[in-house]
Amino acid sequence: MISYAVAPAAIITILGVLLIVLAIVVFLVATIVELKKISVGLDVVIPPVGELVAKTAPVNQLVDQIVSDLGAGTNLLEGLLVKKAGMDDAGGLIEGMFPGGGQAFFARNGRRDKPRRIGVVYTRGALQLARLGRGSPLGAPLRGAALRDPLYASASPRSLYPDPRGPGERPKSPVIGKDSPVQYNPSGDVPMPSAPLGEPAAAAATPAPQRDTGGILRYRRT
Amino acid sequence: MVVLGYVGALVLLFVVFPVVVVLLRGVLLAAKTIPSTIDAIAGVATAGSRDLDAVRLLYTTQTAVNQIIGVVANFGGSLDILLEDA
Repeated sequence: MISYAVAPAAIITILGVLLIVLAIVVFLVATIVELKKISVGLDVVIPPVGELVAKTAPVNQLVDQIVSDLGAGTNLLEGLLVKKAGMDDAGGLIEGMFPGGGQAFFARNGRRDKPRRIGVVYTRGALQLARLGRGSPLGAPLRGAALRDPLYASASPRSLYPDPRGPGERPKSPVIGKDSPVQYNPSGDVPMPSAPLGEPAAAAATPAPQRDTGGILRYRRT
Repeated sequence: MVVLGYVGALVLLFVVFPVVVVLLRGVLLAAKTIPSTIDAIAGVATAGSRDLDAVRLLYTTQTAVNQIIGVVANFGGSLDILLEDA
């Protein structure tokens, strides 16, 4: 009697256990399949990652060495600039060429003030040109002797090259003013060249375009 | 006793079994997302490794930088002689 009463509950229990075992088997098998795929994928991934590690290994040392070399060069040039231009102008020149670099330059040299931006006021190289030529307004207050002769500096190199006008006689630039050989008619409303006063107009002898609406005759007063 | 047997069976069927299924399904779904990620990593790693072939050029760059710094140093020395100090 008891066995008949308990049987349905036992059947349900057995059914539940079977379902649970079946679910575990199904899901675990599927999970194993996925893990197998993962293992195969990792086998593919690991060699390129190893190459990445091997190829990037010397980068730090190389870049550090390059940065060290460039830093040495920068220090060399900055030292030369300070020696030649002074701290203020050097900072201003660096600030002018590389905005923010002058301030960093001052900071490296223990200064907290802002550099004058020379490059904003003058073009690049103006400071150096000023130091080369004491005759310029920019370089006038600078101390020391000029590095070039302000009077003959352009004539000297010009003497090294032939006259660009050539060996023959070629007309020079026209002379203007009251004593110029060619006078201009001041009474005309349209500026037009004419012959010097007292001489026949040479322009009249030259044929001009004869048109009703154009040509030189339309400027003539009748 | 009979009632407890029914209750236990029903709990097993309607509580334990769904919980087990949900948990195992979560594990399976998580495992299924990993292969696609690994495939993406493999592609990126291969491309990155190919890009890093240019790292060899850093040796040339280092040599060139050394030469340039030498030239600059010589040029600076000449400028030091040519130009007056501030």
